[in-house]
Amino acid sequence: MSSFIDPVATGVFITLFFLISSLGFVASRWKRADLGHIEEWGLGGRRFGPLLVWFLLGGDLYTAYTFVALPALMYAAGGSGFFAVPYSIIVFPIVFAVFPKVWGVCAKHGYVTAADMVAGLYRNRTLALMIALTGIVATMPYLSLQLVGLEAIFAGLGLHASITIFGSEMELPLFVAFLVMAGFTYNSGLRAPAMIAIVKDILIYTTLIAAILIVPAKLGGYGAVFDAVPPEKLLIPDAEPGSLGPQFAYATLALGGALGLFLYPHALTGLLSASSRDAIRRNAVFMPIYAFALALLLLLGFMALAAGVKDMPQYADGFARFGNIYAVPALFKHLFPSWFVGVAFAAIAIGALVPGAIMSIAAANLFTRNVYRAYIRPECSEAHETQVAKIFSLLVKAGALGFVTFFPETSVVQLQLIGGIWMCQTLPAVLMGLYVRWLDSRALLTGWIAGMGAGTLMAGATGFKDSVYTLTIPGLEIPCYSAVSALVLNIMVTLALSLIIRLRTGAAPSSPPAPVRPALQD
Amino acid sequence: MKDRGGRGLRKWVNLLLLAPFIAVLWVPFYNSVEPRFFGIPYFYAYQLAWIWIGAGLTWIVYLVDWRGSDR
Repeated sequence: MSSFIDPVATGVFITLFFLISSLGFVASRWKRADLGHIEEWGLGGRRFGPLLVWFLLGGDLYTAYTFVALPALMYAAGGSGFFAVPYSIIVFPIVFAVFPKVWGVCAKHGYVTAADMVAGLYRNRTLALMIALTGIVATMPYLSLQLVGLEAIFAGLGLHASITIFGSEMELPLFVAFLVMAGFTYNSGLRAPAMIAIVKDILIYTTLIAAILIVPAKLGGYGAVFDAVPPEKLLIPDAEPGSLGPQFAYATLALGGALGLFLYPHALTGLLSASSRDAIRRNAVFMPIYAFALALLLLLGFMALAAGVKDMPQYADGFARFGNIYAVPALFKHLFPSWFVGVAFAAIAIGALVPGAIMSIAAANLFTRNVYRAYIRPECSEAHETQVAKIFSLLVKAGALGFVTFFPETSVVQLQLIGGIWMCQTLPAVLMGLYVRWLDSRALLTGWIAGMGAGTLMAGATGFKDSVYTLTIPGLEIPCYSAVSALVLNIMVTLALSLIIRLRTGAAPSSPPAPVRPALQD
Repeated sequence: MKDRGGRGLRKWVNLLLLAPFIAVLWVPFYNSVEPRFFGIPYFYAYQLAWIWIGAGLTWIVYLVDWRGSDR
């Protein structure tokens, strides 16, 4: 067993971790308001200015799992793993153009979730419920992956102790981190991750700047880093005759990722906490700074390759247990002094707490608004509603912890893959109605069913291992991100059926969006 | 869009938001190793550069048509 504990790295890590996460508890007093109201607990009162939203979204979108998994993908697959960069490049023009409008509708009518908006715009409870359930189900594995990211960090530190809960072994450090995250989320709501995100980002940027300056210098410059990558992995391979080829897959992965990203409940929650449309637009201008950080981070995968950490005996244990996601922790341990390893690992670990908290809040908002109040207790008070959300946020996190404890990591990754495909299928219901007035809610529901079904089948056909599925039409093979091809089907069904329904029933009886409180009974 | 008359030509600047889509979604534009910049192959340098170009274009759109607007 090579996993001895480095006292300096571990000491720095534990100190930073607890200092920073304690901010989450203090946060309840910040921008003080009645946290018994769901717009306060779950959206920070829609009062976050542009700078704060920037930090919050940065912490929200670039997660601990991102930090370990995406470089690991580059490490294993090479250039085709770089699609996260074009994805980040096109997501912000989308945010700039579309989401101020979403914010406006939600703020005006008091909507807290995308499903609130769907319920209000279409007055169709079933459609709203499906949108809410899609969000909850897609968020769960994403939340679990944050815990996987934490596990990789704890393994990197050599922290290992297990306790037995319900007859099953559970990692003690992971359990402690879970308790901390659950505590501050319950206590402070969205204010907690917002406050923590600021400090976390300072750590992350310090780590990254150090890494991009120091690592290539130690490895002999960027040229040497890229020279260590096998040449056939440096670019996207050209297409075979009769196929659109891997380059088409690369582009659709970027497009589908960008279209789906802000449909995810945690991303939308971050945007809705903004204080104005202007705050969102200014964010879209400045968010690319994170995209640049992400790109550099991806290159850490190549740096790990160039450093040759995989062949070093002291890391064999970690690679055996975690596979390629251990590459970046190993690289840091190999090249940085102990105290800095502590700082870097703390940054990544805190990077799991911020999105983890926001994801559980977003799922809780959805459950409370669109399942509990829509179907179980429509007449509940605002304080009761918020209490339900707080408890559900605990349940979601406990579920995620159970999931990573009882199921193999590969199944979490597979669920995350299919979650991304499912999330994209809410696009017509959530966004198209803002632009196209004549959509029918029954058509949207049918389109959603078609998209979900097709997406699931395509993912299943690859054994839930690959998000790209090759469609075959005579004479042409189209390797396409399943989320995109399913979305195309979804949109076609929605438009065609809406048109048919409108033609048969005459003009749309378009009613104004319903405010969230009185509209819940059909 | 009550203020459409006042915006006139200004609103066309929003088309700049489409440029990043064309630039990065057509992979053959940049799928090559040479030329390198500071040792970084073109494939990577191009996409890194477009992060900043995209941000710059969004910024121009903001300044020209949206600054301080509550639309």
